[in-house]
Amino acid sequence: MTETASSRLTDTEFPVQRECPFAEPVEYEQIREQSSIAMVRLTGGGEAWWISGHEQGRAVLADRRFSSDRRKANFPFVSTDPAIRKRLHAQPLSLISMDGAEHTQARRALIGEFTVRRLAALRPRIQQIVDQCIDEMLTTDQHCADLVKTLSLPVPSLVICELLGVPYADHDFFQEHTATLVRRNTASEVRQHSIDELNAYLGALIDRKLASPDDDLLGRQIARQHRDGTFDRSSMVSLAFLLLVAGHETTANMISLGVVGLLQHPEQLAMIKDDPDKTPLAIEELLRFFTIVDSVTSRVATEDVRFGDTTINAGDGVVVSGLSADWDPTVFADPDRLDLERGARHHLAFGFGPHQCLGQNLARLELQIVFDTLFHRIPTLRLAAPLDKIPFKTDAAIYGARELPVAW
Amino acid sequence: MRLNADTGRCVGAGQCVLTEPTVFDQCDDGVVVLVINRPEGEAAQRARHAVALCPSGALSVTEEVDDG
Ligand code: SF4
Repeated sequence: MTETASSRLTDTEFPVQRECPFAEPVEYEQIREQSSIAMVRLTGGGEAWWISGHEQGRAVLADRRFSSDRRKANFPFVSTDPAIRKRLHAQPLSLISMDGAEHTQARRALIGEFTVRRLAALRPRIQQIVDQCIDEMLTTDQHCADLVKTLSLPVPSLVICELLGVPYADHDFFQEHTATLVRRNTASEVRQHSIDELNAYLGALIDRKLASPDDDLLGRQIARQHRDGTFDRSSMVSLAFLLLVAGHETTANMISLGVVGLLQHPEQLAMIKDDPDKTPLAIEELLRFFTIVDSVTSRVATEDVRFGDTTINAGDGVVVSGLSADWDPTVFADPDRLDLERGARHHLAFGFGPHQCLGQNLARLELQIVFDTLFHRIPTLRLAAPLDKIPFKTDAAIYGARELPVAW
Repeated sequence: MRLNADTGRCVGAGQCVLTEPTVFDQCDDGVVVLVINRPEGEAAQRARHAVALCPSGALSVTEEVDDG
């Protein structure tokens, strides 16, 4: 370890803001070269182990000695503000925070909703949603649009409506409030208002389905819990809210960044336009390349765990950097090269271990339909602003673009 | 090779079905089901890839001595 590097690294707080969408922060590379596991200072205070190697990241996420319980002390990036911590304890425990048998049971209740077969049945409906959004884009005389507003956000929002069984008449209400949640400059009271509105809406939706269960995800979950005698309205509302949040902004950001990545690499885009059978593999590479959720995969050690000659002590916070793992050159050669034929399925963009993204195959399906349809229906699509004028979300937990001006 | 699936560990992410649908399936509850447990040729290769991708460690391979 060289002097300069070490002193710079102690000054660095992780995660580091991403400036360029086509590169990992240089500090990620520096720290990974020194050690795949290192103690770092965190933005927002505190310290935690920073896992930057792909192999070590997978190992931590698969290891049940690391807890996902966000209520535990030292959990990375959870505020130390006692009021916030108290609120965390008061809310029903979210699926993403559960461990062990409790998590297995709760997840088991849901996985039937996301089987490859069930999702395949959704394909025609998603195709319809994507076509409608593109139809609307094409009605503008100016031949330009903000892709975030016209496509990236509405598609996942409408797919979630479909999944949760939100009636058509309420789609506008739903879309408006979910969009408010993700807009950065939303004032906190306005955001809270949207959260309250959505929670109230989901509560009423659940009540209606309780009275006459529909055959959709929420209807089936309610019926199931009713049968088992485990129905609890507030947990059901928080589950619906989790599905909404988890599937919405993530997919939206991947749509936007995927379009940027493909438009900036026209020869690669041509390849999937010529042969849509290559799109699924291409999507894995786009997921790896952008790894938009970098450090949500945090844990707390519940026992002492040895990694080589490093010991992670019980109670230590651990951050698995998905971006760093997915740019680990020992696993993905020349990670800064977008190579749609690379075969990158082992990326950590959906995490790993028992918490690996439940909605991953839904996300894959949406991305596949969007990219195949968009470039087919608007072959002249291009960015309408230079890359450095596109407002990327450098300061957000989920990387993406706030706006994406396109023209055709 | 013989494939083993520990249904108790499966977390239903469906990585295996996506990788090789002729070998892996999911029951209605989302848990992995082996359609065949001694795949051959390319299917065997892809099944090995699925084992490596499985996030929960539910899948494993036992190498067998060919007694043919
Ligand atoms: S990949 Fe593993 S965890 Fe996922 S469905 Fe298949 S066996 Fe289950």
